[in-house]
Amino acid sequence: MRLERRTERSAALTLLAPVGAVVAALILSGGLIALAGANVGQAYLAILDGAFGSRLAWTETLTRTAPLILTGLAAAIAFRAKVWNIGGEGQFYLGAITAAALGSQNWLHLPAPLLIVALMAAGAVAGMVLLLVPVALRLRFGVDEVVTTLLLNFVVLLFVSMMIEGPLKDPLAFGWPQSVPIVSEAELPKLAERSRLHVGLLVALLLAILLQIMQSKTVFGLESRSVGLNPEASRFAGIPLGATLLKVACLSGGLAGLAGVIEVLGVKGYVTTDLSPGYGYAGIIVAMLANLQPLGVAAAAVFAATMFVGSDSMSRALGVPSFIADVTVAFSLLTMLVALLLSSYRIRR
Amino acid sequence: MSEAFEILGSVGLWAAVLRIATPLIFGTLGALICERAGVLNLGIEGIMSFGAMLGWLAVFQGADLWTGLLAAAIGGAAFGLLHAVMTVPLGLSQHVTGLGITLLASSLGYYVFRLAVPVQGTPPTITPFAPIDIPGLSDLPFIGPTLFAQTPPTYLAIACAALIAYVIARTPLGLAVRMTGENPHAAEAQGIDPIAVRIGAVVCGSALMGLGGAFLTLSAFNSFFPTMIQGRGWVCIALVVFAAWRPGRALFGALLFAFFDAYQLRLQTAYGSVVPYQLFLMMPYILSIVALIVMSRRARVPQALMQPYRRGER
Repeated sequence: MRLERRTERSAALTLLAPVGAVVAALILSGGLIALAGANVGQAYLAILDGAFGSRLAWTETLTRTAPLILTGLAAAIAFRAKVWNIGGEGQFYLGAITAAALGSQNWLHLPAPLLIVALMAAGAVAGMVLLLVPVALRLRFGVDEVVTTLLLNFVVLLFVSMMIEGPLKDPLAFGWPQSVPIVSEAELPKLAERSRLHVGLLVALLLAILLQIMQSKTVFGLESRSVGLNPEASRFAGIPLGATLLKVACLSGGLAGLAGVIEVLGVKGYVTTDLSPGYGYAGIIVAMLANLQPLGVAAAAVFAATMFVGSDSMSRALGVPSFIADVTVAFSLLTMLVALLLSSYRIRR
Repeated sequence: MSEAFEILGSVGLWAAVLRIATPLIFGTLGALICERAGVLNLGIEGIMSFGAMLGWLAVFQGADLWTGLLAAAIGGAAFGLLHAVMTVPLGLSQHVTGLGITLLASSLGYYVFRLAVPVQGTPPTITPFAPIDIPGLSDLPFIGPTLFAQTPPTYLAIACAALIAYVIARTPLGLAVRMTGENPHAAEAQGIDPIAVRIGAVVCGSALMGLGGAFLTLSAFNSFFPTMIQGRGWVCIALVVFAAWRPGRALFGALLFAFFDAYQLRLQTAYGSVVPYQLFLMMPYILSIVALIVMSRRARVPQALMQPYRRGER
């Protein structure tokens, strides 16, 4: 018996890998839940119930899904071209603070839909610029963008903190550091009454579909994939490396910035330094679970959101620390890597 | 501006430099060992966090401080082994695996911490390492309080830097590590097992990262809280590049960096009313990026860094 590399992975295996990875992650986390003295099956049922058991629960889960789709797409688009954008968290916050700053007044007296589109564009551009810097540094000086994007996350968070304690501070917030709320015209329409679910989810899903088409049907999709697979061969084939990577950076940074915008316009209405419970980092896991496929990102985002929302109520009921959600999601990233490896080999006798 | 200069002469500033540098020395040396063998270890941020938690928890449960440090090193080594198994024999992406290790190690650390210590108003504390007192030396003016009144782990960090510099540059083991990082095929031709060397290097390096984290909870502070690493691990990754993958320079880089950090902290108290404090806090991260840009052209990267080694493959 020996292992042999598959030349092509079948559709069934491609679908099976993330399922197997999630199951393995749930089994590993199950051990930790047992360690906390809770019944594992009961805990997972409580998570499912907490995420989908009531109208409030499922609208909340879908509300959390929206930014995760966008940060997941940001990571998927970048990783496919081997642009290691780990700065989703920073781009998210820069998009958010840009939307909050510009949306605090309707400066140009735009009608609501136009104002929303303008704020989304502004936040996306902010995210783009933030990622263009590390990618340009890589192209010009050969500086690894992993470290620079990671370090910029901390810089941006401090910048946001500076803004909401300084020029953008809400004087009516009883001294809490938060930004001036956005005007009511800038608020995203709700998808369901009496819930926080907003049209940002539809925007995210639409972008996932568009990016799936872009990746599989357009020249740019092919180019961005080929510079990731083999930059030398791509250059030889006449694909401009620098221009392609910069375009990928614009898309990726823009998507993460947009995630920040919809959280401000759709959910909170203002910015605090705990606006994101790690959406930027979770987006990386979501992208990997989806095997970098945009439509898969939407499904993986639902899984992550289920864990995050469900574990909060499970934690209250069973006393298992809610950090179990982060642990499970992190496990699923590592098991997914192994699952992908296993699915690319076959056993020959 | 006179205050900015006055601070430079203060004992407090120079005493803080060694203290702030200690976790960075451990972390940078750890990352350096991994990279010299050809493996990028982005698990560092999470491993430091896990080490900080495990070391603290061991002491909180009644172990002595040195056992706490040992626990942190073993915890770090365990995650290092996971990273090594996934990236070396399995050859998975070092970038993604490392990030996964960071996310897993930090969240697992928070989970275990919450299990062991239920939510309370104020976080529980331990008695941390006390500064050593060398009769004669510690009483010297200026030099005494800055150099000879640190806590024991600080001297351990400096000793580690010297030891690692010696091992890497002067011993057969160091040569094997360097060869594996530069050209694993050539190393194998010399009878060295590149896979074993890489796994060993990542495990040892990760143990040092765990120690770096534990310094924070067992010496610099006396309690553990999530997000306490504050990007120190990423700074260490940048410092390795700044140090051009040399242990001596890593020590220098960590000290230089700690000097800027200690200086900005004091400037913050002096000028905090005029300049937003966040601008000072940004300095360490921005300096790291600047250091990366300045050194990028000159740096001698280990040639096989991030290239998985597969036997019999070119």
